[in-house]
Order: sequence, then C-alpha cells, then structure tokens
Amino acid sequence: MEKEAGPDAAVMRLDDPWDETTATGWGDPEGAGGIAADGRSRPAGQSGLSAAEIYLEVQSSPVFREVRRRYRRFVVPATTAFLLWYIAYVIAATTAHDLMARPVAGVVNVAMIAGLGQFLTTFLLTWAYVRHARLHRDRAALELRWETQEMTRGAGR
Amino acid sequence: MRGDHQTLALVLFSVFIAVTLGITTWVSRNRHGSAEEFYAGGRLFSPMENGFAIAGDYMSAASFLGISGLIALFGYDGMLYSVGFLVAWLVVLLLVAELVRNCGRFTLADVVAARMAERPVRTAVGASSVTVSVMYLVAQMVGAGSLVALLLGGTSGTARSWTVVGVGALMVIYVSFGGMRATTWIQIVKAVLLMAGAVALTVLVLVRFHGDFNALLTSAAERSGHGRDFLSPGLRYGESWTARFDFISLGLALVLGTAGLPHILSRFYTVPTARAARRSVVWSIGLIGSFYLMTIVLGFGAAALVGSAEVRASNASGNTAVPLLALVLGGGEGSTGGTLLFAVVAAIAFATILAVVAGITLASSASVAHDLYASFRRPGAKQRSEVGVARVAAAAVGVVAIGLGLLAQNLNVAFLVGLAFAVAASANLPALLYSLFWRGFTTRGAVWAVYGGLIPAVLLVLLSPIVSGSPTSLFPGVDIAFFPLENPGLVSIPAGFLAGWIGTVTSSAPPDVAKHAETEVRSLTGAGAA
Repeated sequence: MEKEAGPDAAVMRLDDPWDETTATGWGDPEGAGGIAADGRSRPAGQSGLSAAEIYLEVQSSPVFREVRRRYRRFVVPATTAFLLWYIAYVIAATTAHDLMARPVAGVVNVAMIAGLGQFLTTFLLTWAYVRHARLHRDRAALELRWETQEMTRGAGR
Repeated sequence: MRGDHQTLALVLFSVFIAVTLGITTWVSRNRHGSAEEFYAGGRLFSPMENGFAIAGDYMSAASFLGISGLIALFGYDGMLYSVGFLVAWLVVLLLVAELVRNCGRFTLADVVAARMAERPVRTAVGASSVTVSVMYLVAQMVGAGSLVALLLGGTSGTARSWTVVGVGALMVIYVSFGGMRATTWIQIVKAVLLMAGAVALTVLVLVRFHGDFNALLTSAAERSGHGRDFLSPGLRYGESWTARFDFISLGLALVLGTAGLPHILSRFYTVPTARAARRSVVWSIGLIGSFYLMTIVLGFGAAALVGSAEVRASNASGNTAVPLLALVLGGGEGSTGGTLLFAVVAAIAFATILAVVAGITLASSASVAHDLYASFRRPGAKQRSEVGVARVAAAAVGVVAIGLGLLAQNLNVAFLVGLAFAVAASANLPALLYSLFWRGFTTRGAVWAVYGGLIPAVLLVLLSPIVSGSPTSLFPGVDIAFFPLENPGLVSIPAGFLAGWIGTVTSSAPPDVAKHAETEVRSLTGAGAA
C-alpha cells in the first residue's frame, strides 16, 4: 500500500491523499474487536452518550490502549536514544578534542565519522519509525477513527 | 564582483520575482476567502509537495551561505550546525507532526488550547509565536539587505534599505493576496532551485577532486592554514568553557526549537491526514539531510579551492564562501562560466530569503488573527472577517519587520536566529509536549510553561554579552552583562519545562479528564480532524 518516500511522484500522487479509505482493508485481524470490545456494541449515533463520554470510552477501550502502547513503546526509547546520542556528540565535539581528532582512515577522523554517523542514524530512525507506524499502528488507528466519528456523529457536545 | 555579475544577477532576481508574483496572481484567481484556504491552502497538498515546501521554509540563506561559510573558515566546527539542524527533525517526526495535524486546525495554539481554558492559553501561545516569528523575520530581513549588498558589491546604505523595504513589500503581497497556497508554491519553487544549485556545485567540486573525498579534505586542511586541526572540532568553540557551553546551549536550542517554530508547525495543516503529514516530514528529512551533506562538501570545497584567507578577506563571517566557490568552479573571475554560476548562486540565495520570509509572515499573521485577535474579539463575529484580519495582520507584521529591519540593519543580528530557536524550544515546545502527553496538565501549567520559557529567554539575552559589556555588543557603552552565554537555551529550556510542571502541580483547578481523553484519542487516531 504505502510507498516509502521515493522519487516516484506519480505513484505517490495516485495513492494520496485519500488512499487510506480504499487501501486499508476492513476486517483485518489487526483492528478487529472494535471499541466496545466488552460486547456493549451500539448502533452508531444512537448511543445517547455525549461526545465527552464517547472520547472517554474510546480512550479506555483495549484497541485504543494497544495503539497508544505501540506508539509509545517505539517513540519513548527512540527519542531518548537519539537525544542522548546527539547530546553526547555535541559534548564530545566541544570538550573531547583529542578523542575526536584521532585519525581513522586517511585524514578522516573520529569527529568526521561521528558527524556523518548522526546523519546516518537520523535517516535510519526515520525509516524505522515510518515502517513501524505503517505496519503496527496505521490500520488500527484508522478503524478507531471511523468508529469514533460514527459514534460522535449524533452526539451532543 | 564586477558589473557582469550584477547585471545577470539582477535579471535573475527579477525573473524570480516575476514568477512568484505570477504564482500569487494565478493562485488568487478564484479564491473563496475561507480560513481553511488562507491558513492551510485547502489542506490538499500532497506529501511530496509539502515536503518540498517544508524544506523550502526551513533552509534559509543562513544555512546555504552561512554554514558553508563557517565550514570554509573554521572547518569541522561549522559542521556542528548542520547536524543540529537535521537531528531536530526527528523530534518533529516522532513527537509532533502527526499529533499536531490531528488535533489542531491552523496554529500551535489550537493544539494547546483545546484542553484548557481557551482565552489565557491562546493569548500566551499566540504571543510567544508572534515573538518567535518576528525575531526570525528581522534576522532574515537584515540578512537580505547585507546579502544583496554583498553579492552586488554595492555597500551603500541606500541599496540595503531599499532591499529591506522591497523584501518586506513582496512578502506582504505574497501572503495577503495568495495566502498559504501561494506561499507553498513559492517555497516549492525555491526548494527545487536551491537543491538544483547545491547539487550542481557539489558535483563540480567532487569532479575537481575526481570523487576523492580524502583528497578534498586534505587540500582543504592544507589551504586553510590550520593543517589537521581544520578537520577536527575546536577551532571556533574550543577556546574557553564559555564558548563550549555556548555551543551546547545553541545545540539544544536547535534540536528542540524546530518542533516549536510556528511556521513549521503550520505546514502540517496543509495536507489532508496525519499520515500525509508524516510522509511530508520524511520527504523533508531526505531533502534537508542531503542538502546539509552537500553544504559540508561546499564548505570544505571553498576552503580547498578558494582558500580560507580569501574567504575571510571577502567577508569576515564567511557568507561569500559559496559565491566565491561558484566563481572558481565556473572558470574564475572574468570567465563566462564563472559569471553565470556566480549570478545563479546569488539569485538562489535571494529566492531563499523571499520564500522563508513569506512562510514566517503567514505564520505570524495566523497567530495574530486566529489566536490573539480571536481571543479578544467580540463574540459572534463571522469567520470571513478573521481572514480579513489575517490579511491586514500580514501587512502589519510586514511594516513592523521592515521598521525593525531598518533600525537593525547595521547591527549584527545573526544571534536572532539562535534566539528564535531558543524561545521556540523554551516556550512553545514545553506547552505543546505537555498538552499532548501529560494527563494532569492544566491551564495554569500551560500559561506558566509559555511565559516561564519566554521571559527567561528574552531576559537572559538582554543580560548577555550580545547586548552590552563587550566591544562587539549592540550597546558597547553599557555593561549589564551578568549572563555569560550568548544563547539562553541551556537555562531557559529547562526553565520552561519546570515552570509548566510547577504551574500544573500548584493549580487549584483539576485537569479536565474528558478533554484529555479527547485530545489523546484525536491525536493518535485522527478522529474529528479538520
């Protein structure tokens, strides 16, 4: 379904911006269960709940908590890691001159490797995040979106 | 820089201005005047278009000319900037882009105020957004004046003043008449030009060295006059502990500030979904990352082919390194190739400035009209009038920026960019992250987070050596420099986060649980997104 950001603009144009509605299959096991997983399923718009109650209900539903858990399980360690790596790099670059000046190959030294390493890790983490979101979050989140919107449609605020 | 360059560069400038004005006219042909259209371009840009526009918004002349120049003068220490400017995008991608797209409509304040008592929070976030934008804007306008003077050789004050006025007038026209749609297309055109220019120069540099990066570095080190030290950190930031802490402070501000810049955040509202926002960030990380990699080649190339001493002789802060490099790569002074490449580089730098100032003007007019005006206007005013206010606000912001730009045009205002990032990181980011991720966050916490970051950041700069106490200060005669660092980030960023936390734990009103549920559900699923 979704392409990595590649040069093929034509394909991107095709499956964007509205591809989600068609490309994401309904009824796949990922999002199965729905919000009212405890069997209190109600017809849309007739729940008699206010919007606030609906959002509280969705928030406490197992499906939503799973989406949130997956998001946080990726984002929290990844953010911690890249921030620490960046801060370590900046501190080393400003204070540990001898370490950074040590030659590695030819005139390329530790500092140069570390600097280019920052670029590389940024690209890699971008790729990993997008892949994780596409495989583990997008489908369930989209189903939750439609379900929540169905429920709030008739609700007073 | 002789007559030929000037004429050709002026022709190219005029072509770019004509094209952008054409875009503005074409875009505003059948406008409806809705807020959706003015602030967010109808939300129908594709991720690729938005990715190019984000890159066009972010890569200022300071990065094209400034960073390459710093590398040409100080070697490795210039590279530290490129790394900070790129890594910052991970914060945007992982923590901000999708959630902001899902929760907000037009501005940063939309996201923060959604959970809170609307008026005080909107006022606070709007005020800090406008502050950030105006600082950034003035730095760009003054930069434009000195850049044009530098590239065209005319150092007269009149030429500079007219450049500042002209840039200001153009950005107001783009924004007031074309809104987000014109601004976006101008940024896309600029990003394509900038990337094409950078690729062409990089290829020419690498061809000169037969693709041997090692040889490039070796001859850069030789011609710099510093030898091997040129290739390792320390030439600029290694002399004293003050300098070291100053850079650490700036590094923090760069990495955390990008995610709080109003003109970057407003770009995410121009795509239809959070997933499209994510993919635009991926595009922009690819573009920005490869651009900064190329500035490294250009910087070392300038040191190797032009020589650090000559770069410094032309401009003390290195801003002419890339134009001089273009001259050499094209065949040298007086050759057709050299003249052509030089003029092209000058025109790209000018295009860069115009696109960046247009983006910032639009974001600040949105903050004024959608946040500040909207929270003070009488109830019942129609939405149509808000866009009218935004158009007028764009003109007002333009007038203020022109005025400040003229006042500051002989001062060294390069610090303003670092300061804008520091304020964004200290005031906007804590409020934004807390409201997205902290269940217990309250109205008082939000207001305190914004002011608790904004006020220390501005105060510390007033008390820093930038303003007083040294011969290079804005006011050399006075001495109230109690704070040793030029960038306040190291103190003001923790202060903003701390103030938000204290404000929250001491607030008497409990957090609104239902509103938090709504923010969390909407941010992660996109339910009810505009």
